[in-house]
Amino acid sequence: MEFSFPILSMITLSPLLVAVIILMLPEERGENARMLGLAAMVFGLVLSLWMYITYYINLEDVSGVLWEDTLMFMETYEWLPSIGINYIVGVDGLSATLVLLTAFVGVGGVLISWSVPDRPREFFAFFMLLVAGVHGVFVAVDAFLLFFFYELAVLPMYVMIVMWGWKERREYAGMKLTLYLLIGSFISFIAFLVLYFTPLADGSTIGTFDLRAWAEVDFPVQAQIIWFMPLFLGFAILSGLWPFHNWSPDGHVAAPTAVSMIHAGVLMKLGAYASMRVGIQILPIGAVYWFPFVILLTLINVVYGSLIAMRQRDMKYMIGYSSVSHMGLVSMGFAAMNVEGFVGAGIQMVSHGIMTALFFAIVGMIYDRAHSRNMDELSGMRHVLPLPTFAFVLSGLVSMGMPGLSGFIAEFPIFMGVWRGRGINIEGTFGGLNPADFYSIVAIMSALGIIITAAYVLRAINDVFLGEYEPEKWHDMRPIMAIDKVVLISFGACLVIIGLFPGVIAPMIESGVTPVVERLNDAQLQDPFTVLEAVNNVTTDLLAWFGGA
Amino acid sequence: MNEYLAILPEISLLVVLVFVLGADRFVAEDNRRQVGMVAAWGALVTLLITVGVWWWYEPFNASLNSDLATSVIWGDMLRMDMVTFVFRVMFLLSLLLTILISLDIEHLQRPEFYGLLVTATIGFNLMAASVDLVMLFVALETASISLYLLAGFSTAEQRSTEAGMKYFVYGAFASAVMLYGMSLLYGLTGELTRVLGVHGINLNVVGETNIYELAQAIAAVPEMPEGMGVYFVVTCVLILAGFAFKISAVPFHFWAPDVYEGAPTPVTAFASTASKAAGFAVLFRVIAAGMFGSYAVPLVVEDGGAAEWWIIILAMCVFTMTIGNFAAIFQTNLKRMLAYSSVAQAGYVLIGLLSMNADGAGAAMYYLLMYVATNIVAFGVVILVSNATGADNLEDFYGLNRRAPFLALMMLLALLSLGGIPPTAGFIGKFFIFKAAVDAGLWWLALIGILNAFIALYYYLTVIKYMYLYDSDAADVAIPVSRAARLGLALGGIIVLYMGTVANQAFVWTTEAASAFFAILN
Repeated sequence: MEFSFPILSMITLSPLLVAVIILMLPEERGENARMLGLAAMVFGLVLSLWMYITYYINLEDVSGVLWEDTLMFMETYEWLPSIGINYIVGVDGLSATLVLLTAFVGVGGVLISWSVPDRPREFFAFFMLLVAGVHGVFVAVDAFLLFFFYELAVLPMYVMIVMWGWKERREYAGMKLTLYLLIGSFISFIAFLVLYFTPLADGSTIGTFDLRAWAEVDFPVQAQIIWFMPLFLGFAILSGLWPFHNWSPDGHVAAPTAVSMIHAGVLMKLGAYASMRVGIQILPIGAVYWFPFVILLTLINVVYGSLIAMRQRDMKYMIGYSSVSHMGLVSMGFAAMNVEGFVGAGIQMVSHGIMTALFFAIVGMIYDRAHSRNMDELSGMRHVLPLPTFAFVLSGLVSMGMPGLSGFIAEFPIFMGVWRGRGINIEGTFGGLNPADFYSIVAIMSALGIIITAAYVLRAINDVFLGEYEPEKWHDMRPIMAIDKVVLISFGACLVIIGLFPGVIAPMIESGVTPVVERLNDAQLQDPFTVLEAVNNVTTDLLAWFGGA
Repeated sequence: MNEYLAILPEISLLVVLVFVLGADRFVAEDNRRQVGMVAAWGALVTLLITVGVWWWYEPFNASLNSDLATSVIWGDMLRMDMVTFVFRVMFLLSLLLTILISLDIEHLQRPEFYGLLVTATIGFNLMAASVDLVMLFVALETASISLYLLAGFSTAEQRSTEAGMKYFVYGAFASAVMLYGMSLLYGLTGELTRVLGVHGINLNVVGETNIYELAQAIAAVPEMPEGMGVYFVVTCVLILAGFAFKISAVPFHFWAPDVYEGAPTPVTAFASTASKAAGFAVLFRVIAAGMFGSYAVPLVVEDGGAAEWWIIILAMCVFTMTIGNFAAIFQTNLKRMLAYSSVAQAGYVLIGLLSMNADGAGAAMYYLLMYVATNIVAFGVVILVSNATGADNLEDFYGLNRRAPFLALMMLLALLSLGGIPPTAGFIGKFFIFKAAVDAGLWWLALIGILNAFIALYYYLTVIKYMYLYDSDAADVAIPVSRAARLGLALGGIIVLYMGTVANQAFVWTTEAASAFFAILN
């Protein structure tokens, strides 16, 4: 559906423009940077809210089983037409929600870093760049554009972690994060290019980077099975999939508060979103083949992540690992390969985004005052920081999936989807071993993650917020600022609203994931024996290749 | 008339040379900067002439096609096609930027300096255009000898003299080896004609030095006699050695770090961009002409092996990237680090050559074009910083953002571009290269390239970290940036950003050029 006003470009590019303006401000007027930054973010939030509501109102008209039909606010400009690269942006239900989430967390990030002491000019400029990159990935309909913005988002992360991060870990963590993410994305890119040149059934190649075309084309089964993992994993690294999650807690901990918020709140969703959009949607048969394995990885994600989180005494590390555990649920929802799983994954992205951003905001506030994040040292914070205490308890309840809050709305469909995943028709794929059996075991075992989550969240609340307050221990303890309150209340309110009225996002997400689920359903209808033959061919080919080389 | 029009840029450069050398007489002793100004304007005018003739003079434009008969001129010595045009733009851009950033370095404000830069550029231009082994050698030496002198230009500095000497010794050796290869080939032409005659093909190439004629004759041989093939392989190896020296590919890279570190930095900037691009121009020309045989599709030669040159260049490419990058990690001197990085960058361009399709050659040219702008910006910043601090170790770049935000920003752009991060040109350049490689079925080579790009990213990011994060003792001492240098850097930066975002015009140019390259073969 075309739209006369280039709203998505405005949302994406206005932070870029503001970044340039901020960088050109004279040094002594660096203070103006935050006003400009806030203006840009609020502008983006207003536009995205409007965009979201418009989409929501028109939901009936833009739903469908073809991805192309669900796209709205399309803009198309020529870029490198000779090789099929164009500037195409548009949103479906899922990406509209994620754009709104990004804009929301962006405003929160600016407010939280209102009093950043060191070089505010550069801080806000890079922050704008980061937000622009993230927006860009969500709205990109052209694969090259998607990669372009993806890379664009990683760089400011590096600079911001290294410049404003936690002094002890920032250099190590920044480098680790950057290299992990870029290597991952480029491996995806190679896989993508290979597919670009792979002959289709009629002998021609696809010849365009327009993802709408990619979402309808059927690649040869063999190519799907070989190249699905590189394509999917490259992005799944960014969503913290085990065993490639290692960069994430380090990055969370080392980053300044606002960046942690964006990082955990939005950036990890970037990985999940891109792995769905570019991985699953393009190669559904590959997904059907590999997901029974992937779901085991996500199980480890969920359980192992929460176990490690339990072990942490540093609050940021605890939240970092809990974030790994919760993002595991997103991938698990994908791996369930049915509509429940996908809708749950989509809501979990939003819910986790707001929740974790809130967590990091609170930890940032405590750290600014106590100069410590060690749960052994902190105690009795409820006496001085009542509102953050309330907010922490709230997001803690969300993270353990309390009914009535957004976490429940997200996690329940995921578990339901995984349980229902038993019915999948992929028997015989693994020579005798029935992968369908994984699913029920996974569904039961992953519920363990919730119990462990409850344990560490409650313990953290107990250690940090309850207990005796020792005034003589802290020198810098001051009440929180009014803008901090705005952030806490608005983020908390979102969690409750989504929990009580899931109807505000669930239909959007369902409309967004339907085309992908449709693709997967079609793929599952493939005769299992065809798949089996293709697998045998792949094995023979690979053996021959290695033997020959 | 067209023939003169075709070499108008070279004529214009000659005029500039005369003006530069002559200007010395008329410029006051205390205002030597004027000489540089003459050279800078000259370079700009030449650049405008080059682009202008191509852009507006339709008949000339039309002859820049793949038709060998109309595009080969001056007694089959030169070829005026899009390839020549694109490379010329590269060299002139490199010349212009180099002059701009070195305009205010006092010990270099001498007419000889600018004169030699211009001579070298004439040499590069002719290298890119030459399609005859004799012409090629003459052009190459014109450029090389100028560069030897330039490398040793700071006679007051010991390391500059050493660099000049080292460059000369290595360079002369490489030229000799290459010349030997060429003469061997020349000697083989008689036997080649005889063999062709035996097979009933009437093609006389005795004493022929034109690369297209030679390639045609070699391709026409139905069956290479036992023993003769070996000679061709030896020829190929010897000639490739000479080219590999020019592009500083492993194992002929040993001179590069020493020379790049020791030479005056503007010369380093010039030699690491224009000279390398010129090396690639001749390498591409000779390979694409098919002079070493089997160009069409590598890896599918009958007996299951690839053409010999392909294997040689593959090894060169992989080792160049890997060794260059790993060596760069351990450097403590920024100039030396950039030297190793530019060794590694040559490896990526070789991927474009190995793909052996028009896309690959186009991508390589695009890469070179952006690399010229990028690397000159990087070295330009090094020049300005080391001019102020007197050293170019990594510590001297600590806290550069506070001392000179503009320089830090430009360096940031350049390093991102070298590392291949958007929105800079390096990202698009690498994308084209890897795309071409995957198209040719070389996805594993693209993967090697990408892993290398990330090793490289490690040390580029380290420099960014030093500039933005670390504090230096001299944090409050501002670094002066002259207007000309600011202009030069900004121009380079704009090109880097332009080619990284809009990209289409440069891409169209390079793709057209590459198709002209390969159209000849069919």
